[in-house]
Amino acid sequence: MKDGSAHEASTVNEDVAVVGFAQSPVVRRGEGTTSGVEMLVPVFAEAMRSTGLAKGDIGFWCSGSSDYLAGRAFSFVQAVDAIGAFPPIMESHVEMDGAWALYEAWVKILTGEADVALAYGFGKSSAGELRRVLALQLDPYLLAPLWPDSVSIAALQARLGIEAGAWTETQMAEVAARSRAAAVTNPAAQLSGEISAEKLLGEPYVADPLRAHDCAPVGDGAAAVILASAGRARELCPRPAWITGFEHRIDSASLGARDLTTAPSAAAAARAAGVPGRSDVTEGAAPDASGSAGPGVDVAELHAPFTHQEILLCRALGLGDDVRVNPSGGVLCGNPMFAAGLARIGSAAREIMSGRADRALAHATSGPALQQNLVCVMEAR
Amino acid sequence: MEIGFDYTRSLGPTLSQFMAALAQRRILGARDAGGRVHAPPFEYDPVTSAPPAELVPVGTEGTVTTWSWVPKPLEGQPLAHPFAWALIRLDGADTAMLHAVDAGSAEAMRTGMRVRVRWAAAAAGDIRDIACFEPLSEPKGRGSDRADRAEAATPGEPVTMMTAPVRLYYEHTVSPGESRFLRGLAEGKLLGQRCPACGKVYIPPRGACPTDGVPTAGEIELPDHGIVTTFCVVNVPYPGQRVTPPYVAAAVLLDGADIPFQHLILGRDPGEVRMGMRVRAAWKPRAEWGTTMENIDHFRPTGEPDAPYETYAHHL
Repeated sequence: MKDGSAHEASTVNEDVAVVGFAQSPVVRRGEGTTSGVEMLVPVFAEAMRSTGLAKGDIGFWCSGSSDYLAGRAFSFVQAVDAIGAFPPIMESHVEMDGAWALYEAWVKILTGEADVALAYGFGKSSAGELRRVLALQLDPYLLAPLWPDSVSIAALQARLGIEAGAWTETQMAEVAARSRAAAVTNPAAQLSGEISAEKLLGEPYVADPLRAHDCAPVGDGAAAVILASAGRARELCPRPAWITGFEHRIDSASLGARDLTTAPSAAAAARAAGVPGRSDVTEGAAPDASGSAGPGVDVAELHAPFTHQEILLCRALGLGDDVRVNPSGGVLCGNPMFAAGLARIGSAAREIMSGRADRALAHATSGPALQQNLVCVMEAR
Repeated sequence: MEIGFDYTRSLGPTLSQFMAALAQRRILGARDAGGRVHAPPFEYDPVTSAPPAELVPVGTEGTVTTWSWVPKPLEGQPLAHPFAWALIRLDGADTAMLHAVDAGSAEAMRTGMRVRVRWAAAAAGDIRDIACFEPLSEPKGRGSDRADRAEAATPGEPVTMMTAPVRLYYEHTVSPGESRFLRGLAEGKLLGQRCPACGKVYIPPRGACPTDGVPTAGEIELPDHGIVTTFCVVNVPYPGQRVTPPYVAAAVLLDGADIPFQHLILGRDPGEVRMGMRVRAAWKPRAEWGTTMENIDHFRPTGEPDAPYETYAHHL
């Protein structure tokens, strides 16, 4: 991080903006290998085309992916083939969603070690059984040996909220219906279409109290986001999305010790990133009717793989009714593991770059039941 | 493809006591500085990061605080028939434990219901010593008897390690280029692809040229002969080894290719294998061919003059 005593001020970049975004279509079962190369090649090409950059212009590359998903060791090294790493490049990797790779790239530019950086994430969830693979992110002593699957854990959280009066199954179905309707205009979406909440509520439970529409579909995909320093951003993008806050926080790994009806780490990340968040959320509290949305956030892209989590996050982040939430359809319409959080940041940035918004909030999550949360706030200038 | 590994984990001071107690059919919680009891115990307080003030016994009965229903259990889960996951606040604890409840049907589940531990038949000193929980109202003669029969381990045995088997299953897809390569092998052909940017020929084909980041294209049939660029002599036996050591594993560069692949060099004393040595594929009998590189059993030296070092130096 920045250390004023150790670095010349002139080498530090004060401002960083998102200048480019590309993502692959999210598909139930991709044709490519788990190395991600086949998915990434066209994504990189589109990101470069939109900014006019060549690979040699990228000073730092950072990826987010998981060997557990790929079913092989060092899978991220094979993915570097998609870059064409000659002459040698400066590159890093996080075993996390690409949103955290973007965080590393942001720090890299802030410290002045690069002026243009590209973060990417990719995941081929279809190669394995995602619900079981995700059990291995749990406490390895007390939880993972029981193989609690990701959908069942989300269902425990959903019921807590339902019984506390924080949300209803109808509201959850409405989230799904609105997401799918929004995704009609998103060419990357895996699911889209007009369907009524009433019809969705007629479907059976897959993990009582969750129905299929409450759960993000399993899908394969990749995404890339390009960051640039203030000195480079405007030449690459007519309307850059300037990052005004970028923070991540985490809650305890002990599911039974957390209040699962809230996400304190999401609220804390939002406050740290310059939006109010909610410090007053308590179990069973009704959403704040006044819905203070922070200083003028027009739009939010939330990484909520389960319908109730979107409701929970809107409350934790203090988003009011005037904020457009998930105009892309969100991850309920396409959830490529390790790329989906990064794609939220890219989608929110695109709202600014296209002129549809002046200030946007993007959120990414990791871990069970919204354990870890990242908030990125961007604005037009 | 099945990937499996039995992780062995050391338990540390807190979990050692917790697991040892489980083996003796008792459950311990951790009391924090504020007096709250966490069960299962924390190793370090999530708020203050202090170790537990003390470990205290909690009940083997408790109350369900939330639950979800599993109509089709997955491999490795506590029960093979439909069950509920639940967060269970054990009597005397202030936090909840995640485990399975053998309730028979979703209709038998409700938040607030009382449950008790069903112990595993044999104690192992890990979390699976709790087989599951069962509703307290469950009639005698089913799980409750099993709970009574369960044998506790000898008291006082220290438990310092646990084993956690992991089994995962993957279906690996071959890329379109790899698919053509493998189908070519079934016909005795070696098909590579050329990078449209730098012109290098890759065999097997790759999703993208590692130098240029563009997909390779245009099938190129390569001969089944080339040179050894570099090699090693394998002297170490290992499980599953096809050839008895010592033998040579080499990087073989086919004539016309730019990237070598690894294969075996047989038919010559390992001490005579050299860099630049010319080799030719020894194919298995045609009847044994499939869509696999194993159609070539090994490469054997041809006896032709070695390639000069300068001709392959840039392939090393």
